[in-house]
Amino acid sequence: MSPRPPGADLPDHPDRLWSAGEPKSSYDVVIVGAGGHGLATAYYLARNHGITNVAVLERGWLAGGNMARNTTIIRSNYLWDESAGIYEHALKLWEGLEDELDYPLLFSQRGVLNLAHSLQDVRDGVRRVEANRLNGVDAEWLDPRQVKEVCPIVEISPDVRYPVMGGTFQPRAGIAKHDYVAWGYARAAAALGVEFIENCEVTGLRVSDGRITGVDTTRGSIAAGRVALCAAGHTSVVAATAGIDLPLQSHPLQALVSELLEPVHPTVVMSNAVHVYVSQAHKGELVMGAGIDAANSYRQRGAFHIIERQMAAALELFPIFARAHVLRTWGGVVDVTPDASPIVGLTPVDGLYLNCGWGTGGFKATPGVGWCFAHTVAHDEPHPLAAPFSLDRFVTGALVDEHGAAAVAH
Amino acid sequence: MRRDGGGRIDRSRELRFRFDGQEYTGHPGDTLASALLANGVRRVATSVRLGRPRGIFAAGGEEPNAVVQIEEPFPEPMLPATTVELYDGLVASSLAGQGRLAAGPDPARYDAVHAHCDVLVVGAGPAGLAAARAAAATGARVILADDQPEPGGSLLGSRDEVDGVPGADWAAATAADLEGRPEVRVLRRTTVFGYYDDNYLVAVERRTNHLGAAAPAHMARERIWRIRARRVVLATGAHERPIAFAGNDLPGVMLAGAARTYATRYGVLPGRRAVVFAANDGAHAAALDLADAGVDVAAVVDPRPAPGGPWAARLRERGVELLAGHVVTAARGDGQVSSVETSSGASIDADLLLVSGGWNPVVHLYSQSGGTLRYDETIGTLVPDGSGQAVEAAGAARGVFALPGCLADGTGAGARAASASRPARPVDVPRAEETAEDAPLAYWLVPAADYTEHFVDLQRDVTVADVHRATGAGLRSVEHVKRYTTAGTAHDQGKTSGLLTSAVVAEALGVPVAELGTTTFRAPYQPVSFAALAGRDRGALHDPVRVTALHEWHVANGALFENVGQWKRPWYYPRPGEDMEAAVLRECAAAREGVAAMDASTLGKIDVIGPDAGEFLDRLYTNLMSSLKVGSVRYGVMCRPDGMVFDDGTVIRVADDHFLVTTTTGNAAAVLDWMEEWLQTEWPWLRVHLTSVTEQWATVALVGPGSREVLAGLAPGLAVGVDDFPFMTWREAEVAGVPARVCRISFSGELAFEINVTSWDGLRLWTAIMDTGLVTPYGTETMHVLRAEKGYPIVGQDTDGTVTPHDLGMSWVVSKKKPDFVGKRSFSRADTMRADRKQLVGLLPEDPEVLLPEGTHLVATGTLPEPPVPMLGHVTSSYRSAALGRTFALALVRGGQGRHGERLYAPVGDTLVPVTVTSHVLYDPEGARRDG
Amino acid sequence: MLLIPCPWCGPREEAEFHYGGQAHVAYPEDPAALSDEEWARYLFFRDNPKGVFAERWSHSAGCRRWFNALRDTATNQIHGVYRVGEPRPVAS
Repeated sequence: MSPRPPGADLPDHPDRLWSAGEPKSSYDVVIVGAGGHGLATAYYLARNHGITNVAVLERGWLAGGNMARNTTIIRSNYLWDESAGIYEHALKLWEGLEDELDYPLLFSQRGVLNLAHSLQDVRDGVRRVEANRLNGVDAEWLDPRQVKEVCPIVEISPDVRYPVMGGTFQPRAGIAKHDYVAWGYARAAAALGVEFIENCEVTGLRVSDGRITGVDTTRGSIAAGRVALCAAGHTSVVAATAGIDLPLQSHPLQALVSELLEPVHPTVVMSNAVHVYVSQAHKGELVMGAGIDAANSYRQRGAFHIIERQMAAALELFPIFARAHVLRTWGGVVDVTPDASPIVGLTPVDGLYLNCGWGTGGFKATPGVGWCFAHTVAHDEPHPLAAPFSLDRFVTGALVDEHGAAAVAH
Repeated sequence: MRRDGGGRIDRSRELRFRFDGQEYTGHPGDTLASALLANGVRRVATSVRLGRPRGIFAAGGEEPNAVVQIEEPFPEPMLPATTVELYDGLVASSLAGQGRLAAGPDPARYDAVHAHCDVLVVGAGPAGLAAARAAAATGARVILADDQPEPGGSLLGSRDEVDGVPGADWAAATAADLEGRPEVRVLRRTTVFGYYDDNYLVAVERRTNHLGAAAPAHMARERIWRIRARRVVLATGAHERPIAFAGNDLPGVMLAGAARTYATRYGVLPGRRAVVFAANDGAHAAALDLADAGVDVAAVVDPRPAPGGPWAARLRERGVELLAGHVVTAARGDGQVSSVETSSGASIDADLLLVSGGWNPVVHLYSQSGGTLRYDETIGTLVPDGSGQAVEAAGAARGVFALPGCLADGTGAGARAASASRPARPVDVPRAEETAEDAPLAYWLVPAADYTEHFVDLQRDVTVADVHRATGAGLRSVEHVKRYTTAGTAHDQGKTSGLLTSAVVAEALGVPVAELGTTTFRAPYQPVSFAALAGRDRGALHDPVRVTALHEWHVANGALFENVGQWKRPWYYPRPGEDMEAAVLRECAAAREGVAAMDASTLGKIDVIGPDAGEFLDRLYTNLMSSLKVGSVRYGVMCRPDGMVFDDGTVIRVADDHFLVTTTTGNAAAVLDWMEEWLQTEWPWLRVHLTSVTEQWATVALVGPGSREVLAGLAPGLAVGVDDFPFMTWREAEVAGVPARVCRISFSGELAFEINVTSWDGLRLWTAIMDTGLVTPYGTETMHVLRAEKGYPIVGQDTDGTVTPHDLGMSWVVSKKKPDFVGKRSFSRADTMRADRKQLVGLLPEDPEVLLPEGTHLVATGTLPEPPVPMLGHVTSSYRSAALGRTFALALVRGGQGRHGERLYAPVGDTLVPVTVTSHVLYDPEGARRDG
Repeated sequence: MLLIPCPWCGPREEAEFHYGGQAHVAYPEDPAALSDEEWARYLFFRDNPKGVFAERWSHSAGCRRWFNALRDTATNQIHGVYRVGEPRPVAS
């Protein structure tokens, strides 16, 4: 009989989390969406700005959207200065978040490897590493042998279809436990007076004379001085009720987990070329992101052939996974912008603020977004780190094009 | 222990196997679980959180405890012992929640099959067989998929009769009849695990697992069935569910139906003396079967006040005590059940406690189809309640549990499903004995003061106390409770625990179960191996390998290859003792001083044909193409509507209505798609046809001051003089005895010819060129150096989707005459008009030996400030140049076109390398060499 | 994996198709006459409804023809397909 494996257990949650309640008739700030971003925004509104008459409205259960569905990768090694700024701000907050929230977030800085499979991947990787360093973001370029040292189960043979030609490594990157993060923020925000209303879908934004006055919901109308949208894949639908069009498209994104396995995978590996990203979570399950469905959809579920393609790519990189089993697949709806960068900031409607377009990369930004978006809402002006992500960039052409950069998304 | 007779095992053969180091034997027809029980093994796992002993609990895929590690013939983690068919030489071990992956590569093969059918029936139990039989009678194309090695489902584990014969015999005969029909396919050992949009279902067939080491190597171990069905009948049966009471996780506690299956199907008694704790008549019947099989049934404990079904009376006749209106309060024992305590105050000695809290229809696939579920108060479970897809559930899968009802239900569902494809054909309903059953009671939880040993999820070690802690923490959604406690997240995905957890939560919150609902059912229904899903798309088949007509020559002559898109391109041709740098310097020198040749066949080639071809190209290229004369060639750039460079290449005019466009190697398919999209969706009135001809042509670039002489020798009929064959023109000619189209274009600045012949003739042309003995073959690396020396950008290397033609110093390629072309409007946006955009420049390191790594950034100052350091741009290309006698680089630099002559710094490692900004054209800026 | 009824080839697997986003977004008659805002709308802004969506598909691994489809993005149900240039039908 084998001994009880370490890591198969998780730390306990606190005895008291939050109470979801009935909506009041009016709040200073209503946040639409109780995902990670909404919860973090609520927390920092209360903590940093003393704004506590806040309700976070959630159409389902708290943190049950993409927060519950993502693959929890945290990193800040983005190419462009604007992205590095906000993601690195987030990573620094992550590094103190367990203490800040007094919650075991299982934040594990096990590093993230981004593999290169072509000469152009190598150029892009080096470019990103060098940019990261100058931006104060930890980053290293690894040759295939060093890749193997960091993650011994990666296949680096030159004889495979797309051999590993090296990789970028961010040691401070890692993973955390998504539910714990959401609940940590919720509990801390609740302690500061923030209210959460579940099963409360926003059906319309109330605008009068160009100013937000409140929201209509499935549980009645709620007046609000300011409204902050954190509705991810459903942002277009909510914003449209105030006549605001956004350059967003919603797509299903799938992920999957295996059964619990003894530890084999010490880091996080991402490969854009073969589109794999995988880590081994705390209990021992392999957590893997699959591709995004090409077609727009609000179905929280993707197509099966994408999973099959994903597995073929995964086994090219990790032959050891052959007889692992897919235990569960699921999908979320991600909102994608034309330049794969988010939109954070003001809108044409006074008192209505926008935080969307995070695509596949929203989780890692959670503390940073919450911090900057709370500032934006509190001061009615963009936080400097969020300023480059204005809606206006699509008019001027000053995009933050993370598509072109190798380290897209996730 | 093994019974003397009975069961569907082959006692004439013995199979040897090992479990946790102990040798045992079993028989064909056993599962690992039945064989372990037959050998008296009670403890098969250690629980993951609490380290408690656990025994076999179920008899099918819903097993929560006995999840084992296969060690031999090849390691496989986490298989329910109830689903592992026994084979000779099997070595397995118990687990404590985590499996182990093999260290070595999996030698097995995997595959996938596509199938279409009129009716897919999932499950070959009584309802499924009846459905398939009724559907097949119409002549419809039917697929019947079942996860067991033999059809029959619950009939295999009962003593019921159908049409007057034992149920298992009826099942075998029915399956044999179905298999004899040409339009029917019966898939055994095949689990349908996913139900997707438009009736697309996926299944995994286990073909060789049960053969152990005897599995033939040529046969796919598992294969995925991708089934598109017009109609689907889900006859997936039901799972029995446990009851939460103290010690309900002890080995010896087992589902009542599972115990009956072990006794009846496998000829195994899972214990000697049993107590039954159940609130439905089905468990009474199971108790009778077990008693008949030789188990001493000490008592039946039934919470119903007066259960009066037919079996209760027969149990009493046999002297079995029926404790009506009572419950089991605890199972006691050290490592396994030894006694059972009841609310009547009794403590009954027993080594087996059989439990049945009712039955849950297996609604997983129905839910996955997009179907809604309804909580049925009378049977206390979720049943199908309508789906947007063409699907019906039948039999136990929709809460019809009695055998006659299942047979009738299946027959009706099968006939209805087939009616979408074929005329109806009446079919009789198989007969089975009706039994008047008492109403079951949905019984979940035995009340107690202390709930720390009432388990709801055995595999995750979640107790009722844990659930109460979650609700006490403020959680109201069953999704939250699941996440707080981890209930339902284990290997079995809550098959036995899911609804029980909901019921416990509902009770704690004082709301009906119906209101609370349950968590979402997600694919896969049963775990599926990564390898099965990957199938054959691995190794060389992972992505097609494209090679040119000259590939064999390159291989034979020692080329190293670069992956460019799907293509294998020669990278360089090292001679013995040469490294890459030496080889490339030699190849470059040959091109600049002698003659060199490159296989350029991978460049994308698109025929653009039709009266409006010129206008079409004018709309897509930044420059004018319609003015191109037949016989001439022009370089062009295409932008996306946002003004960023998308692709570039040459365009030749073959005839008035015929252009041939070349694209970059990696972008060929994208450019063709791009052109088709604009043509079909925006300008459908343009009379143009597009055809990819990339594969039809072999293309050789013949480069260098001596190239004219070599060409003249190979093409005696071609006037190759500078006046006869000017730059940017093309000629038809015979080269090396082969009809060819020769273009005078140059991607190196040298005198050069691009010779195009049909792919069939490619090798002949290339061999003839090499046979002159004058020509050095060169690869992509040398091509890159030569073009960089001339400042020609490579799309995708010197651009990244944020670069305009102006940024590349190619304003000359952007027409000012044309009123519009794709991308033009974007050049006048605020950001694209900034003077300080990143622009392509040359860089000369002040130390001519220093080679800047590609990707290096540039800063303004000779010392680095604290981060974030303002960056001015980055190195896109960097080489050692034979022609320049030094290193050089291309870079995109902020306001670069105004910085020529400036000194910047490139941080490389810990040093700052001073560099001078220059024009991006470093070699022969006057263009003196292109005519030779 | 949707089953998409190509108007030219009949129902085929989704994997044979290439998605083209919102239909009926015509290239502007005279881009030069547009303001930056109007041009940005053409470049980047597309409808993203939860419900019936008129969208473009190309049967890229089949006949390579583009066509339009009406699909409900909440259910993935395809209500119909029609040829490029035809007006958007009324959803059933």
